[in-house]
Amino acid sequence: MALGALRANRLRSALTMLGVIIGVASVVILVAIGTGTKQQVEQQVEGLGSNLLLVVPGRLDVGAAPAVSPLTLADVDAVVRVVGDRDRVAVTVASGATVRAGGRADFSTVQGVLETTPAVFTRELARGRYLSGSDVDTSRRVAVLGASVARALFPDRDPVGRQITVAGVRFRVIGVFAPLGQSLGVDRDDEVHVPVTAAQRLYGTQRVDGIAVKAPDRERIDELGDRIVAELARRHPGTEFSAVTQEQILGVLGDILGVLTGVLAAIAGISLLVGGVGVSNIMLVSVRERTREIGLRKAVGARPRDIGVQFLLEAVLLTSVGGLTGMALGVGTALLVDALSPIPAAITWWSLALAFGVSAAVGIVFGVVPAQRAGRLDPVVALRAE
Amino acid sequence: MSAAPAIEATDVSRTYQLDGVSVPALRGVSLTVAPGDYVALVGPSGSGKSTLMHLLGGLDRPTGGRLAIGGREVSSLSAAELAALRNRTIGFVFQAFHLLPRTSAVENVALPLVYRGVGARQRRERAAAMLDRVGLGHRLNHRPNQLSGGEQQRVAIARALVTDPAVLLADEPTGNLDSATGAAVLELLERLNAASGVALVLVTHDHEVAARARRRIAMRDGVVAADSAAPAGERHADAPAAAERPVELHDRPASGGADRPDTLVPAPSAEPRSASGSGPGHPPGGSGGATGATGRLPRPADDRGAAS
Ligand SMILES: Nc1ncnc2c1ncn2[C@@H]1O[C@H](COP(=O)(O)OP(=O)(O)O)[C@@H](O)[C@H]1O
Ligand SMILES: [Mg+2]
Repeated sequence: MALGALRANRLRSALTMLGVIIGVASVVILVAIGTGTKQQVEQQVEGLGSNLLLVVPGRLDVGAAPAVSPLTLADVDAVVRVVGDRDRVAVTVASGATVRAGGRADFSTVQGVLETTPAVFTRELARGRYLSGSDVDTSRRVAVLGASVARALFPDRDPVGRQITVAGVRFRVIGVFAPLGQSLGVDRDDEVHVPVTAAQRLYGTQRVDGIAVKAPDRERIDELGDRIVAELARRHPGTEFSAVTQEQILGVLGDILGVLTGVLAAIAGISLLVGGVGVSNIMLVSVRERTREIGLRKAVGARPRDIGVQFLLEAVLLTSVGGLTGMALGVGTALLVDALSPIPAAITWWSLALAFGVSAAVGIVFGVVPAQRAGRLDPVVALRAE
Repeated sequence: MSAAPAIEATDVSRTYQLDGVSVPALRGVSLTVAPGDYVALVGPSGSGKSTLMHLLGGLDRPTGGRLAIGGREVSSLSAAELAALRNRTIGFVFQAFHLLPRTSAVENVALPLVYRGVGARQRRERAAAMLDRVGLGHRLNHRPNQLSGGEQQRVAIARALVTDPAVLLADEPTGNLDSATGAAVLELLERLNAASGVALVLVTHDHEVAARARRRIAMRDGVVAADSAAPAGERHADAPAAAERPVELHDRPASGGADRPDTLVPAPSAEPRSASGSGPGHPPGGSGGATGATGRLPRPADDRGAAS
């Protein structure tokens, strides 16, 4: 019966649903983007390699000011002694620099690293070779280019063996990384690796920014971290160090992205609320328009409840159909965004259940007042309406 | 003494509040509607006929006096109980038909059964059977806007009777119809009253129709000005308020006592109600009802013609 009334007023029903459709679709789309981004970041952090420990000065915390690193290569040697295996330790000293080749230039992140980087992190080369131990020991001016840098400087030539300048200093390209893609809008292929010793000379510094350690197994990772932190604290009294695992990084990032997703969902929820107000409005109009119908139904024996339930069902049906349509629209759009744009989007069952539940609830909440009004109409007055 | 009255009103009043002003529409009306009765309610516009009909049907509540429908005192019932009582006991026919638009005839007729909890298939069967009885068996799936005025009112009559009520309340049912069609609708109502034993209370401005009724009640200024049943007293001797009221017909000069010879209408009297078949002497009406009715009208009209 409720369905009949909606069908009879197709255009108006559709327009009313539009608010709910847009609301639900935006909830689904925004939550999908939030979830997709979170999943992508998680994959990337896990893709760095397993059982990683990142050792940095200061405390890893949201909003903590980055500390100036007091670490040097001597500290790296100390860490290697704690770990007992040089191949498990990587370092970085990074800075932005302009890289040139021929007439072309690209501003990218230049990282000074050890030859161990591909073993500690999972990095693959597309061509050429990576840095060697002797490159590091002799501060050789050789460089491995990220895919984006290689494309920018050598769009139609093989970069391997060619000269570039980094901040005005000549380097020779010995390899090119396989592409990694984007992360949170940041191009991860926009980097250049050079020996840490060469980078220190380039920047005129002794420091290293951070040390990464690949623990032999998951069980002893925390204990290893504690020992490294203790050793560094001993060498630099008064400075705090932290060793964080991938799980901890994921936890922090997850918190940030969770808040982000929540904010997006809340914004979308507001549009759903606006849609609900529209439903309430249209139901009040409907009650007024169908006053004589209500009077007649009461005359033939409809109780106030029967009338109220009928209008409530109509409101819920309206928002539910709108909700389902919005879900379909949202899923379709999210899949398109994921496929056609660099923005990742992932559909989760809970966001669909939430969107549908909320739209049905919106129908109940915003249908109650019109339904009560309809149920309470005086049948004699109602029959005389118009 | 006859069977318990279907409706019993005792000194009933109804006062409307209009912008803080009290408008007394009914001022102490007493009457009973017996099972199977045929009551014509006449009176000038604004005399309170519709107000009384709403009260008799439990669509409204009196502001004073006592009113029992189907033996139940209205003032003691909740809105929901009153709705259920309407559904069981009363059938309404309105001047404006009040059919649901965009809804088929059979669904319109089935509507009261929805609120009685009857299943969809049985609803449809009973509604179709009822439409057949009012001569619209071939119009089941027509929408109101695909039906003539007379057909729409017959759908409304079928809807009023589908629950097999004790009383059919028809407030100027022919007011929106041309005279020939109106006559056919009236003939149908009278035939159903005679056949099924449903009591018929009919608001009409047509003196001839009023004269055909078993009983005639004239309203004026919110009171009963005349009740043709009162002087005879045989049916409602147990209703003192009605019995003692002096008879003065305001809109018909004819004497009240001679007003109800039993020969005028085949008497269903107080026989047990039977919902089956059509009335004695009246062939089941088909679509031919409309033409048949005009042929039938003159007979009672001739009787009255001499008096007026
Ligand atoms: N809802 C209402 N509010 C105020 N006055 C009303 C209302 N309904 C009816 N009345 C008044 O009550 C009186 C009786 O009306 P009604 O029963 O409709 O008369 P009838 O049907 O005999 O023409 C009239 O004076 C009318 O104006
Ligand atoms: Mg009236």
